[in-house]
Amino acid sequence: MTIAAQFQVEYQQFLDPLGRVVRPLPAFAEHPAALIALYEAMVLMRTYDAKAIALQRTGQLGTFASLLGNEAVEAAVGTAMAKEDVLLCTYRENGVQLMRGVTVRELFLYWGGDERGSDFSGPRHDFPTCVTIASQCLHAAGVGYAIKLRRQPRVAVCMFGDGATSKGDFYEGVNAAGIWRLPVVFVLTNNQWAISVPRRGQTAAQTLAQKAIAAGFDGVQIDGNDVIAVHHAVREALARARSGGGPTLIEALTYRLGDHTTADDASRYRPAEEVADAWKKEPVLRLRNYLLEARVWSKEQEEGLLRRCNEHVQAEAQAYLDTPAPPARQMFDYLYATLPGAYAARRAAILGVTSEHGPDHAG
Amino acid sequence: MAQITLVEAVNLALARSLASDPEVVVLGQDVGRDGGVFRATLGLLEKFGSERVIDMPLAENLIVGMSIGMAVEGLKPVCEIQFAGFAYTTIDQLLNHAGRMRHRTQGRLACPMVMRMPCGAGIHAPEHHSESPDAMFAHIPGIRVIYPSSPKRAYGLLLAAIRDPDPVVFLEPTRLYRLFKEEVADSGEALALDTCFTLREGNDLTLVTWGAMVHESLQAADELAEQGIAIEVIDVATLKPVDFDTILASVARTGRCVVVTEAPHHCSIASEIAATLAEQGLLTLLAPVQRVTAPDVVVPFPRLEHHYLPDKRQILAAVRKTLEFA
Repeated sequence: MTIAAQFQVEYQQFLDPLGRVVRPLPAFAEHPAALIALYEAMVLMRTYDAKAIALQRTGQLGTFASLLGNEAVEAAVGTAMAKEDVLLCTYRENGVQLMRGVTVRELFLYWGGDERGSDFSGPRHDFPTCVTIASQCLHAAGVGYAIKLRRQPRVAVCMFGDGATSKGDFYEGVNAAGIWRLPVVFVLTNNQWAISVPRRGQTAAQTLAQKAIAAGFDGVQIDGNDVIAVHHAVREALARARSGGGPTLIEALTYRLGDHTTADDASRYRPAEEVADAWKKEPVLRLRNYLLEARVWSKEQEEGLLRRCNEHVQAEAQAYLDTPAPPARQMFDYLYATLPGAYAARRAAILGVTSEHGPDHAG
Repeated sequence: MAQITLVEAVNLALARSLASDPEVVVLGQDVGRDGGVFRATLGLLEKFGSERVIDMPLAENLIVGMSIGMAVEGLKPVCEIQFAGFAYTTIDQLLNHAGRMRHRTQGRLACPMVMRMPCGAGIHAPEHHSESPDAMFAHIPGIRVIYPSSPKRAYGLLLAAIRDPDPVVFLEPTRLYRLFKEEVADSGEALALDTCFTLREGNDLTLVTWGAMVHESLQAADELAEQGIAIEVIDVATLKPVDFDTILASVARTGRCVVVTEAPHHCSIASEIAATLAEQGLLTLLAPVQRVTAPDVVVPFPRLEHHYLPDKRQILAAVRKTLEFA
């Protein structure tokens, strides 16, 4: 017998759960300012997340999907991407969107049931949040193809969770990216739970990263609670994609510390000890411990940061609450570039305007 | 001006679009080297290269999903699904993304793509190759559904579909691909979307139809003309949104209407047209609207296909019944 092919999946970690350096840091992490920026972003995300849940619990926001526990992945991706890159993310990646320039108010509008939240001020070419699981993996391949066809130095970054890797869309997307060596970075946030189904219930595969190998390119696994490891992996993958080296799949191991959404109760299906254990490895505390230990962060700085984050999120929440509902005509305004005449009567009826044409047939 | 078939007209419109617009790309299974299983993309790879005429891996959902990604990034993808029966796996992409992109981003992003596919029965094809899902597509908000019935209209409507800023499902009647030829000038002139084509004028009854059944409907009208009965034949052509104004105006004149489709009866576009005539044209009707459709059954294998597809005899019977109604 001979071996037809052999593969391996690398695992990367720089900071252990206590924030201690376990191997030499990459060059970017030598600069405290870079790490402090990542830390500030993570704290803003956590502040945003807490406010969203508070708004939902008081009836001022619709169902919300918390990103609690995923902050390191989101801060690292948000920092590493260039403005001209294209983000295709899910509803749990509001943190990346924040870093790309989507405002807290816009995110609240989205969760508050207002389509204008997806007409955001972040990069205007970024995709709206994807809800149907893994379907954005196909769009990412299409965006990557367009970028490559035009010889642009841009990258499509496609984000999704562990549950998404069970879907055909994921396989079809990575497979296509492999065929044409497309400039796409697939960032898989493996937070161990897809609502109530644990990671082991999704697949018997030893890692999720290895699924890239079947598509003909590298998959790497990293400690997703170690923002340095995530940032390093994403930076390398982006640079490779930008220079024609093709796609990468990054599996970031983390944990969904909150419920699936505010409509979920995770205590129904997962043990409290598991969650308590995960809190010991969480990303924000880990980096804070490192920064404090390195004496580049102080209690005063921490207090100042929390105050700024709270003030910012509070002001944005107020701006969201002060935003009047969109006009009813919004349902029709962007259905087509130009609304076909067949819709006029139904539109007019909904707007409370008398129509000459009687009831509509197309609407 | 050349006499060409419907499938050659599709090819001509694709070549014209690739030549005139650098953003247009063609993608699908076997569309490159093979020129498509019906040869709709014949010669395009040689002329425009493999970067713009893309042989795709065998995954329909990917073909549509990638087209959406390309379209949002500003390309004009024209993708081919090999047969309409294989398009069902793509409904998630069409419904949840293509048809919604403009609305859910409030016009920030759009999805100008065309999804072409051969459609319909009557070519003695294997299982799953004879489907008519036109009503399923027409139920999806935010897209257009086009179904040409002649080489000229295939050429002009495909050009229009490719130039349209919104997603278009473009159904091609497989049975008519090579059934007859027509003179088509490669003028680059698009036909209007969202409008019916009145193919034949008459005051006694309106036959409303689309796709391959336009052929049988015109034959029925010819036969009735010999008996002195003047049938107006309307090719609906754009199945979403339907140009009801033209249909209502015609029926207001003739007072009688038969709707002909080869799709299954239940919830068909024929039902929608009949319902609209009942809602808005009832007082102009001299007889109940008749529907000539396929039965609501699984498309049978070719040996029973002739029992399934509506034919000229059924159209004539429905017309007579409508004309004889007191």
